[in-house]
Amino acid sequence: MRAVCWRGKKDVAVERVPDAAILSPRDAIVRVTSTAICGSDLHLYDGYIPTMKAGDILGHEFMGEVVALGNDVRNLKVGDRVVIPFTIACGACLFCKRDLWSLCDNSNPNANLLEKANGYSGSGLFGYSHLYGGYAGGQAEFVRVPFADVGPFKVPSHLADEQVLFLSDIFPTGYMAAENCNIQRGDTVAVWGCGPVGLFAIKSSAMLGAERVIGIDPVAGRRAKAREWGATDVIDPEEHDILQALDDLTAGRGPDACIDAVGLEAHGTTLGARYDQMKVATYMATDRPMVLRQAMLACRKGGTVSIPGVYGGFLDKLPMGAAFAKGLTFKMGQTHVHRYFKPLLERIESGQINPSQIVTHKYNLEDAPKAYKQFLTQRDECVKVVLKP
Amino acid sequence: MASTVLAVAAKSATNERSTARKMINALPHIDTNVSAPERAGSLAIGAALVGYGMSQKQPSLWALLGGAYLVYRGMTGNCPISQAVKFSTSDSTAPGTAVAGRHGTRVEHAVTINKPVADVYRFWRDFANLPHFMMHLIDVDTTSDGKSHWIARGPMGMKVEWDAEIITDTPNSLIAWRSLRGSDVDSAGSVHFRDRGPGLGTEVRVELKYDPPAGKFGTMIAKLFGENPDRQVREDLRRLKQILEAGQVPTTKGQAHGKR
Repeated sequence: MRAVCWRGKKDVAVERVPDAAILSPRDAIVRVTSTAICGSDLHLYDGYIPTMKAGDILGHEFMGEVVALGNDVRNLKVGDRVVIPFTIACGACLFCKRDLWSLCDNSNPNANLLEKANGYSGSGLFGYSHLYGGYAGGQAEFVRVPFADVGPFKVPSHLADEQVLFLSDIFPTGYMAAENCNIQRGDTVAVWGCGPVGLFAIKSSAMLGAERVIGIDPVAGRRAKAREWGATDVIDPEEHDILQALDDLTAGRGPDACIDAVGLEAHGTTLGARYDQMKVATYMATDRPMVLRQAMLACRKGGTVSIPGVYGGFLDKLPMGAAFAKGLTFKMGQTHVHRYFKPLLERIESGQINPSQIVTHKYNLEDAPKAYKQFLTQRDECVKVVLKP
Repeated sequence: MASTVLAVAAKSATNERSTARKMINALPHIDTNVSAPERAGSLAIGAALVGYGMSQKQPSLWALLGGAYLVYRGMTGNCPISQAVKFSTSDSTAPGTAVAGRHGTRVEHAVTINKPVADVYRFWRDFANLPHFMMHLIDVDTTSDGKSHWIARGPMGMKVEWDAEIITDTPNSLIAWRSLRGSDVDSAGSVHFRDRGPGLGTEVRVELKYDPPAGKFGTMIAKLFGENPDRQVREDLRRLKQILEAGQVPTTKGQAHGKR
């Protein structure tokens, strides 16, 4: 089969590899019909995530048709059309039982590696480095899905691929970010980063009843997209002092909740951003937490900072004093995709949201190298890329 | 009482059904019956005697033989004369214990398994299940009299065998066992089960103690080759949890990938 393989920093290639095969009785093999490139794939592309090996198959947003099943998978049939959560969950451990699927105890074969770094390991992930299990990803013709009696969700045939594909990651991720804000009547939510996750967070905040949703992004095309997706206001952080602008918009109170949908690779031209850039470039820091600092400073007293953006290591100069003094709540983590699948599918079916509107580019799988480059460099028009194997 | 490295190595090197193995098995069991300080002393004096014997113009047969005997005694910890008269200065031979205090290697680890205590206890109590998650075990055979025969992978490709008996068995609470006389490895172990209440799972606390054939030196060598008993037990218990909760140990072995 053909698959998108990571070769090194800023180097991906479509290679011919052995077909995906069933390795254990709870596995399924899915023929991929649509797969997307995620913003977090760019962290891999840019070489920010350790323990990638040349030849690793990328991709954690994918869907398709079941073509083979292990002996223990009884809830699926060959031919079923399914979307697969990017987090792999066993369904039986304490965390799965408590609806905290991305914290599954039993799905990461390399849990001991993550334990060294983090104390405890979360679930395995598709196509996201050997720290997260080294599972082959879904940017391929076929993919092996472990714990297939728990993970894949069937989707109705009347919904197009692009309408349901994003249930694998970015829609639940944006939604969980908004849900974590515990939105009350009259609330203002500020969202840093109007990429795909930011857009779903904006839309979800509006669906959950926020009165005002503020989109923050230096790229004009993305600010325009944010307005289309329900942002009542947008701010260009390179034109305005972001703290001042948010204080003005909220009449001196600050946003009730701040969502950091950017994560470890924040870009910017301010002094703080340059400082982060320099520290990372000289290996003195692992992440560039400029957005998180702003969110902590901007948030109103007693508010919530919700972090769907990915952080990887140690963060420098976070204003913990401000967070403490203002009594902030922090919510973060990988998305519990399994928890949100059904309710969000219902929202799609009832027409409250049409996720396919996020797609700006469609390519054949062969064009993946070009698509990665474009997604990284042309942020203005390229918001979401879907690959067709 | 541990037999010596020599005997274990010889047994590992020979085929199970071979005449050589039968001959080794027919030999009287070699006890460790010399204390550590005495072993060091034997080795030093033995080496000196051999050296003296060799340095003479007319090599002294008595010095060579006596030296060789002491070197053997020092290296193996076994004194055939002491064994013949059932005398021992080794502190690993206290009656009633498989591994004496201050002896051997002790490993302790705990894991919480999201299953009722009865399921976890039952799985462990069937010793035939142990090789499924204890990677160094090849086979555990339970005989009708409640005793069991254990075969394990030792360091450097050696095969290590021992017989064990259960000394405590309190259903859903505790299983303890120890190796019997004649074992390649003196070992003892216990596992405590604690019910955390409905939906909270079971705490499993394991304590293992063993005296490898080459003593502390053997443990050190094993570590050099990457076999860390502490990590081994931790990974064993992780596999136990995965098997009991998820029904399998997660794997990516054999999956597709591009050019490495």
